[in-house]
Amino acid sequence: MLLTRAPSHTRARARTEGGNAADVDELQDYRLCCWGSAGLVMIGKHFFSETDIKSTWEQVLTAFWQRYPNPYSTHVLTEDVLFREVTSDNLLLSRRLLTKTNRLPRWAERIFPGKRSVYIIEDSVVDLGNRSLMTLTWNVNHAKLMRVVERCVFAGERDRPVWTRITREAWISSGVFGLSRPIQEFGLARFRSNQVKSMKGLEHALSNLQKASAVCPGDSAEKHKNTNSASKTQKPQQYI
Amino acid sequence: MNSVGEGCTELKREYDQCFNRWFAEKFLKGDRSADPCSELFLKYHTCVQKAIKEKDIPVEGVEFMGPNREKADS
Repeated sequence: MLLTRAPSHTRARARTEGGNAADVDELQDYRLCCWGSAGLVMIGKHFFSETDIKSTWEQVLTAFWQRYPNPYSTHVLTEDVLFREVTSDNLLLSRRLLTKTNRLPRWAERIFPGKRSVYIIEDSVVDLGNRSLMTLTWNVNHAKLMRVVERCVFAGERDRPVWTRITREAWISSGVFGLSRPIQEFGLARFRSNQVKSMKGLEHALSNLQKASAVCPGDSAEKHKNTNSASKTQKPQQYI
Repeated sequence: MNSVGEGCTELKREYDQCFNRWFAEKFLKGDRSADPCSELFLKYHTCVQKAIKEKDIPVEGVEFMGPNREKADS
């Protein structure tokens, strides 16, 4: 699969800008040609974002593994670890399998009936030495209809140790002849919405972890000096 | 959170608990002692693999970080 802008994409666009029927026919022929000879040529959309959150990288990583279920993840049906390994250079490799609902807009449901779930693989590498987590997520079914590949990097900030930078990149493509653009637009809109839910889910997990550590019995002796009512009203540390 | 194998959810929970504890208390602190969760993982893994085969989920032979390799080549 081509993850960079394929030359055919630029050429196709130039042709549709011409506007007349002849151009459209040429465009169709061109796409058929590419399909046949070069395999599946996917034309796609690219997405990039960067967010800083005020939590340490270690907290973010701990929350990362525990973010399902959360109130924003009702579309995530199952989560499983398929593989895990600590390498000789102390990298933690993992593979997770997720099942998500396949919510399509009505116009797409009419064309692509059937409500089969989407199966998604998430591969990740935790590099403790560099305080970095890299994840790659992609769907292993419904790929011809739409393929979304997402790469995230969660990096601990050296200069600001209580912050973590999250860099997210996605490539959304569809190989469906004649419907690529509406499907990509839908894919991009759904991806953006999922990105918001994903961040909220992570923050929810972080918040839960912080609450749990605030009532940990291993806390310092000073807390025992407080009266019961004082410790109940004590506000847990807010990082977000 | 449910497992893709309906009968595997409890095994998954036990493994997840073990992993999360090890991850926060050992791995993140640079402790390289052996992972105590391997037995739990094996039981859980056997159950999940059976469910994957039954549901025909296409994960067999998928290369680690597959699409990333393709990106590096193109």
